[in-house]
Amino acid sequence: MAKNETKMVPFPSRAIVPERDLGKTPVLECIHLGIEFGGLKAVDDFNLIVGATEIAGLIGPNGAGKTTVFNLLTKVYQPTHGTMLVQGRETNGLSTTQVNRIGVARTFQNIRLFNSQTVEENVMIGLHNHLKGGLFSDMFRLPTYFKSEKKAHERALELLDFFDMADMANYKAGSLPYGAQRRLEIVRALATDPCILLLDEPAAGMNPSETEDLMNNIRKIRDELKIAVMLIEHDMKLVMGICEGICVMNYGKVIAKGTPSEIQSNPAVIEAYLGSHNDSKEEK
Amino acid sequence: MKKLKPTTRSNIFTYGALLIIFTVVYILNNGGVISNNISGLLIPICAYVCMSISLNLTVGILGELSLGHAGFMSVGAFSGVIAASALRNVTDNGTLQLIAAIAIGAVFAAIAGAIVGVPVLRLNGDYLAIVTLAFGEIIKNLLNNFYIGVDNSGLHFSMKDTASLNMDKGTVIVNGPMGAVGIPKVSTLIVGFILILICYAATANITNSRTGRAIKAIRDNRIAVESVGISVAKYKLMTFVTSAAMAGMAGALYALNYTTITPKKFDFNTSILILVFVVLGGIGNVRGGMIAATVLVVLPELLRAVKDYRMLMYAVVLILVMIFTNNRKARGLIIDPAKKLFGKLIPKRGKGGDANG
Amino acid sequence: MNFLNSLIGGISLGSIYAIIALGYTMVYGIAKMLNFAHGDVIMVGGYVCYLAMFNLGLPAIPAILIAMAVCTVLGIVIEGLAYRPLRQASSLAVLITAIGVSYFLQNAALLIWGSNPKVFTSVINIPAKSLFDGQLVIKGESFVTVSVCIIIMIGLTLFTRYTRAGKAMRAVAEDKGAAQLMGINVNFTISLTFAIGSGLAAIAGVLYCSAYPILTPTLGSIPGIKSFIAAVLGGIGSIPGAMLGGILLGVIEILSRAYISMELSDAIVFGVLIIVLLVKPTGLLGKKIREKV
Repeated sequence: MAKNETKMVPFPSRAIVPERDLGKTPVLECIHLGIEFGGLKAVDDFNLIVGATEIAGLIGPNGAGKTTVFNLLTKVYQPTHGTMLVQGRETNGLSTTQVNRIGVARTFQNIRLFNSQTVEENVMIGLHNHLKGGLFSDMFRLPTYFKSEKKAHERALELLDFFDMADMANYKAGSLPYGAQRRLEIVRALATDPCILLLDEPAAGMNPSETEDLMNNIRKIRDELKIAVMLIEHDMKLVMGICEGICVMNYGKVIAKGTPSEIQSNPAVIEAYLGSHNDSKEEK
Repeated sequence: MKKLKPTTRSNIFTYGALLIIFTVVYILNNGGVISNNISGLLIPICAYVCMSISLNLTVGILGELSLGHAGFMSVGAFSGVIAASALRNVTDNGTLQLIAAIAIGAVFAAIAGAIVGVPVLRLNGDYLAIVTLAFGEIIKNLLNNFYIGVDNSGLHFSMKDTASLNMDKGTVIVNGPMGAVGIPKVSTLIVGFILILICYAATANITNSRTGRAIKAIRDNRIAVESVGISVAKYKLMTFVTSAAMAGMAGALYALNYTTITPKKFDFNTSILILVFVVLGGIGNVRGGMIAATVLVVLPELLRAVKDYRMLMYAVVLILVMIFTNNRKARGLIIDPAKKLFGKLIPKRGKGGDANG
Repeated sequence: MNFLNSLIGGISLGSIYAIIALGYTMVYGIAKMLNFAHGDVIMVGGYVCYLAMFNLGLPAIPAILIAMAVCTVLGIVIEGLAYRPLRQASSLAVLITAIGVSYFLQNAALLIWGSNPKVFTSVINIPAKSLFDGQLVIKGESFVTVSVCIIIMIGLTLFTRYTRAGKAMRAVAEDKGAAQLMGINVNFTISLTFAIGSGLAAIAGVLYCSAYPILTPTLGSIPGIKSFIAAVLGGIGSIPGAMLGGILLGVIEILSRAYISMELSDAIVFGVLIIVLLVKPTGLLGKKIREKV
């Protein structure tokens, strides 16, 4: 019975992982994570465990602190409380750059691509830390330069092909249609070879068929690349359709965790989304 | 035959064009066809073209405004002069002195670039520009108080006056606000050409490489760069140091073309002049900046009649270029129809004013 | 006593910096741009006052008023012609334009008034006060400058806090888009800010020329750059910050001239700025800006 339950259980009790994650360290563990902005607790006591190949969802009403959680996980903000482990590794004091190098990659709610560069170059920038070379080999075109350019080109096209974007390789990133820009952001994040991919509203502004493709892509990332995915999304069809564990936030606090069906029937979640007039009903 | 990448093709075209221009200018100059006024400007042009390339690396490719670039040029100029003067006791070969001076100038300017770069890394945008301005002024102010001489026992240094150098029949090389005096005039046009080629090749090579992509990415979106595991600080510093080293080389070439040179020559106005080259050439467009530098150095000589109006014209052109390239309405009025007319003749700008432009 | 004399000299010079810095800081707060040409407006103020006094033979007060009027108009014209078209452009583009405007003013002044320095006479007729048997001398200029600076400071604080236009200014500084939606005329408010800043620059110009009575087309650039540094030092966008930064800078400059090195005082002033920015990247009283991700 236990095997089918979600891993997203409140800290400190351990996650009960499905078979495929048995014996693996959870990819992400947040322990009492929190941040204050001048006395205001934007995120408070955030505890979460994400399994090695889980698709997790982070939902909640606007202003609940979801993006702030992502910013804490990627160290855009340094947490004022608690700690977080990536694949069992302590991350205190790391910078955004360093936390990416140990395997946390993300996309942004408002797309942040390198607009003046081509699609392929955007992916190559994601590959940066997996390529050899330095200022001198680049400046004087030493053999390392040619080797690493060749590798970058091949790997970038491979990744783009994975998302059916190889034909767009030479377009400027800024000139792509909206949906393709969102996809490119995912490819760029994947190029850094992460162990967990954080997607901030990946389906925002997409039509139903694009959302459908996105869901398939997210599954593909998990199944074929074996990368855990955590996503913030308001599109409940997407969240309920692909997430195995869901965490619900409101006012900076976690109010519920569980499988999609548990979340759908959780009174606290319904209250957070529909407002307090449900209180009276519940009390009866 | 394998099709060449467009960037490679345009680079080959540029190298070819540069070589042809150099050859023609060199032959004309040696044949005495070029007037004395212009002929005397050829080496300064080489130096300013290098400065324009160098500043483009910081402003155009990294996207950070530096308002103290002349400071690096002066570090290169003065360290180069000292090196060349000190070498006079060792060798009579002017070219050797020049090359040594350029190398020393590059090293010292790079060190200055690193000293400026480390604090600058913590700042962004306008604040960064202000700090570079402050550093430029500090460098000028310090050089105004340097007294350096050389005698048989080596180099002497003081910050008071020439008398406190305690030299034994030595020669004064740097004399405070009077600047460097008795400079060996060893700069040659050929070395100037080679320097341009080196600076251009280095910049073009960096731009289309792993390093260059990271630098350009910082310009495009700093936060996204950090999110893909690239250290912004590291690449900013790298760009600053490279750019400063180029400025130092240009400074050494420039200074060794005169017998005396003062620190005042490399003040805020010179920094702005170099910035004007970069802006008029199109920010991020290295070749455009090179052309702008050449034209703006030669122009005052050709327009001696309106010399008084020169700086006024610079100012007006600078303002108009900024408005016409950054304001959508003004753009629609002039630039877009012009683009239609000339088609590919107008180079594509590397970076528009705003991301949505 | 020497120290006190230097200190008073520093506060007096610092007060001039503070008045100029107010112009920088208000414009930065509202338009998010460094108005490089501000220093040159000072120069224009000095020249206009000089011409009104010596060519038209006017007494000091009307001459100052004329200088203020000319500078106010100049500020509005500069904003309208050069900066307004660039409201949506990158800060780099605006900064370069401002540098262009600065060059334009300097060179226009050079063509109109020539490069020969003109000798200004102080507009202040208050005799110097000697204290402690003449050991401590307070010049009339120092007294007036510091008083004017304090009056302006109080006036501006009251203005931004209690008047409609002042409140509109603060609203635009906070969020241009939201202010516009609340019915505030953003363009007018920005023009008004430039007008006030430029008017203050005229006063600063007259005071500066009274203290250092040589008029040249580039006279504005040095106090301009230093006041600009003062504004950044105090925290750009903050009115008390400009005051604090200006006076601090003036005192540091005069004291380092007196006690460390005459020649290196500029390097010390700029060095202080760099150190402050490293420790507190937004200046002494500046607010920390969080970039939205």
